[in-house]
Amino acid sequence: MFKLLRGVLLTMLCLPTFAHAGVPTVAAASDLQFALSELAERFQAEQGLEVRLNFGSSGNFRRQIAQGAPFELYLSADEAYVEALHQEGRTEDAGVRYAIGRLVWLQRTGRGDLPTEDDPMAGLEEALAALRDGRGRLRIALANPEHAPYGVAAQQALEHAGLWDEMQPLKILGENVSQAAQFALSADARGGLVAYSLALAGPLQERGEHLLIPDSWHAPLYQRMALIRGASETARAFYAYLQDDEAREILARYGFALPDASSAEEP
Amino acid sequence: MDWSALAVSLQLATLTCLLLLPVGLWLGRALAVARFRGRALCEALVALPLVMPPTVLGFYLMLSFGIDAPFGALWQRFTGSGLNFTFTGILLASLVVNLPFAVQPIQRAFENVPANLREAAWCSGMSPWRTLLRIELPLVWPGLVSAMALTFAHTLGEFGVILMVGGSIEGETRTLAISIYDRVQAFDERGASTMSAMLLLISLVTIGVVYGMARRGRGLRV
Repeated sequence: MFKLLRGVLLTMLCLPTFAHAGVPTVAAASDLQFALSELAERFQAEQGLEVRLNFGSSGNFRRQIAQGAPFELYLSADEAYVEALHQEGRTEDAGVRYAIGRLVWLQRTGRGDLPTEDDPMAGLEEALAALRDGRGRLRIALANPEHAPYGVAAQQALEHAGLWDEMQPLKILGENVSQAAQFALSADARGGLVAYSLALAGPLQERGEHLLIPDSWHAPLYQRMALIRGASETARAFYAYLQDDEAREILARYGFALPDASSAEEP
Repeated sequence: MDWSALAVSLQLATLTCLLLLPVGLWLGRALAVARFRGRALCEALVALPLVMPPTVLGFYLMLSFGIDAPFGALWQRFTGSGLNFTFTGILLASLVVNLPFAVQPIQRAFENVPANLREAAWCSGMSPWRTLLRIELPLVWPGLVSAMALTFAHTLGEFGVILMVGGSIEGETRTLAISIYDRVQAFDERGASTMSAMLLLISLVTIGVVYGMARRGRGLRV
């Protein structure tokens, strides 16, 4: 009986490893959630190769890779993390800029007037006026500027608009930009400043409406990817595929601005 | 060291304990002593927060706290403010999450009180309330204490639920656990470890003091 049990246990433990033998794991920033899934599907359809995608905070991945986590390709929302890993000799090279993130104002459908291009912060000003008149407190969501690239950009945009100090009583912080988007669409929020790529994605398109924040209002959100030292052939093929025109078109469709080929070299 | 986060955490843990004490007593005793239909279901419901991932629980709490959800709307109507992203909101969430920690030890303690002891007290003319105060409470005292210690320590360390309904507002919903996580994310390991040590120390002292009291309390005669 015990032997049988042990056999079953061992088989169960080995199953996932057999199922994914030779499938490289990709670590990617959470703003790529929708775009990269489609890219991986197409890559598999075209080349018959499979990659496993792991989405999370760029900073967390940077830390895990530094400690030897078995990722083969790293797509960061903040190029500084890739540069740091490159300095530490964890990546093959300095990597490539693959996209430039854009910031949007995102609000729930029917939450009120969507701000216009002349005044992208109209929703926030409305919430501030309501707070002053004692008509309740509708919150403004952003990612935490202490560690999330989109949070930094949101703070810069708010500072540019001269509203950063005034909006503090309305501010709620998501742990990453995905959570900030969730907060922005909640019933208690007027809206929030999040990644364009999330606002364009299927599930959010039905629930929210958005407006692009001018990219001159914050430092550019350069996103960089690099192969981790010892990456497999499959990971290399995917890395090359992501730099193809077709892949760049898909990234553009998901709201990423594209760096011109010349900026893809050393930062 | 994020002092405002420490203050929020301590307030949250203290209030959670105070509010769950009567609830835990009533529910714990009912589940241990009373025989009623649906008791098993009640027990299962109380234990539910133990098996639900905190972030998932938090997500659903966030939905039900929203001013467009029935509960959130009702709350808004009576208090004039929403629940999400407020201290009241994380307190309510914390009450839900800590229910099993408060109820279960008290229930076990009541189960260990022999039924004939209660009956003997009633036969000698003591009212049910007096029996509870004079006979039962002195016997279940250690269970009460450990329920409170568990609740307090668990609230201090609670992360997932607070992350979902809190929104990390300084001085209101940013607890010590959230603040530590933020420090780690920002690569400030030093700040994170200072605060973690603080959290560990408070939890240890709490549990130590409480168990010490319980040990002395076992010889308690009222």
